[in-house]
Amino acid sequence: MAENLLAIEDLKTYFYTPSGVVKAVDGVSFSLKKGETLGVVGESGSGKSITAMSILQLIPSPPGKIAGGRIVFNGDNLLEKSEEEIRRIRGNDISMIFQDPMTSLNPVLTIGEQLTEVIVLHQKLDKTAAAARAAEMLRLVGIPEAEKRLKSYPHEFSGGMRQRAMIAIALSCHPKLLIADEPTTALDVTIQAQILELMNDLKDKFETSIMLITHDLGVVAEVCDHVVVMYAGRPVEYADVETLFEAPLHPYTWGLLASLPKIEERGKQRLEAIEGTPPDLRHMPTGCAFAPRCSKAQTVCREKQPLYRQVREGHYVACHY
Amino acid sequence: MGPLLEVKNLKKHFSVNKGSIFNKNVGTLKAVDDVSFEVYKGETLGLVGESGCGKSTAGRCILRLIEPTEGEISFEGRDLRALNAKDIRRARKDLQMVFQDPYASLNPRMKVRDIISEPILLHGITRGREVQNRVAKLLDVVGLAPYHADRYAHEFSGGQRQRIGIARALAVEPKLVVCDEPVSALDVSIQAQVINLMEDLQREFDLTFIFIAHDLSVVHHISDRVAVMYLGRVVEIAGYSELYKNSQHPYTKALLSAIPVANPKLKKERIVLKGDVMSPIDLPPGCNFHNRCPHAAAVCKETAPVLKDIGNGHKVACHMI
Repeated sequence: MAENLLAIEDLKTYFYTPSGVVKAVDGVSFSLKKGETLGVVGESGSGKSITAMSILQLIPSPPGKIAGGRIVFNGDNLLEKSEEEIRRIRGNDISMIFQDPMTSLNPVLTIGEQLTEVIVLHQKLDKTAAAARAAEMLRLVGIPEAEKRLKSYPHEFSGGMRQRAMIAIALSCHPKLLIADEPTTALDVTIQAQILELMNDLKDKFETSIMLITHDLGVVAEVCDHVVVMYAGRPVEYADVETLFEAPLHPYTWGLLASLPKIEERGKQRLEAIEGTPPDLRHMPTGCAFAPRCSKAQTVCREKQPLYRQVREGHYVACHY
Repeated sequence: MGPLLEVKNLKKHFSVNKGSIFNKNVGTLKAVDDVSFEVYKGETLGLVGESGCGKSTAGRCILRLIEPTEGEISFEGRDLRALNAKDIRRARKDLQMVFQDPYASLNPRMKVRDIISEPILLHGITRGREVQNRVAKLLDVVGLAPYHADRYAHEFSGGQRQRIGIARALAVEPKLVVCDEPVSALDVSIQAQVINLMEDLQREFDLTFIFIAHDLSVVHHISDRVAVMYLGRVVEIAGYSELYKNSQHPYTKALLSAIPVANPKLKKERIVLKGDVMSPIDLPPGCNFHNRCPHAAAVCKETAPVLKDIGNGHKVACHMI
């Protein structure tokens, strides 16, 4: 078995707000092996982005604080590193791409300036070598006339091209781990298909592991090897992608899959919606966070929080049943 | 029986101006260019396409929230374009709209009671005490409780807000509701709830829907017939299962194959389109899709294809068919 590149153990990230402590991430554990793509799925507010930002320690503090847990990357606990050391890891060993390529690129710098900045900073190349490398990266992500395009500003690019440029920046230092936070959510489906294909190609070329955060189960099914499903700041299920889609154990995973409209199925049966709404993270119910919406919930679910445990080799679930 | 709504050769052109003093006209953006379709009573027509294809503009033109440049819109045999400002406002009793963003389409300073009763009072549906009874009934119909009437929009979740938007549209007992991306801002589990609600309401109140969305699987689920738009034109229109099983236009095919399917075992033959959508300003003659089309021939660059009936109510605009 390949070794773990990243292991998160019992991570807790809390936000201290005037109206109470928001436990955005409350006891998340999972690991990511070398060369694999891990999907992190959940709805808005399930803590998937906060988990990713905790890894790179991008949590605004105050009000946010990593209250506990370990983030082991390549054998070192990132939470024990100094700010200086973390800065060296960011962009070099672990890099991140965000949902909205318009707001994450600097509008007053050209694409070339933003690309070379990363390369000069982390790879200690001189300006000319960095510029050559930048053009090469743009070519790799499929932007035509790369040399000319280095002089363009982000607003001159379309949404798909901006996301390609973001990927070029993120991969320019050959990171070991790429965290992609909803990289295709803002894009149209035909462009999404292009970007997903590109990410898969580059993953093989650069031997990068990918942590893909998304709410789209379809995207997960297409590109991921393993999946962790999150709900209200906690992981509820972890399995390899085939097991998760074929034999999901947690009622939430099951409900998520059932609520998707399926185009290949004839007939217009009703969608099986999950009733109710996710809980307020400031006033979490005792017991299982999903219990109020769960059709199978029993008394024990409302009283005791279920343990996140291994039920079969490589399949983890947090449910009393 | 004739169609409830008939749209013929609808056009909406925006002129693109540059400069602050002389406002020189530098081009024309054809947001909707020669679109025709019919909507029959009790059905749902899906209008699907990617950003900028003109689907929302077409929807707004029907209600004359945007004034069309050319074309005919006849509703129950009456030409909506011939109506003066007062009459069109009256006609909107039968034509209502549900908007995409439930955060932006509800007035934050109004209580839910006032949001829903405003159209009732404006159109003189009832008055006095009856109004509040009606509000309570509408809230019940969309799955909210009577006490919600005294709250403000910000106190609700996204799904609940969309329910309020639906209640407001239904308050005047419309015949046709134009739903502009009503579920795209919602999480999947909530999206399924709202879709089910809309289907129930359609049956209960004998409603006709135009359902505008970019998500083909959602459109396919809810629609009886689907019109696919690309850069201001309808490229294909057919019954929902016909469109899925027997799509003819290369763009529809690519769009269908680009949808990520939540089934890891189903590795589809995916058509990944090259390049981006052309700039909608001053489009060249010919088919708008020719620069990305895998089957484009010389004729496609010269003349724009027209919608051809290929039987079974299935129409396609492509030279190659």
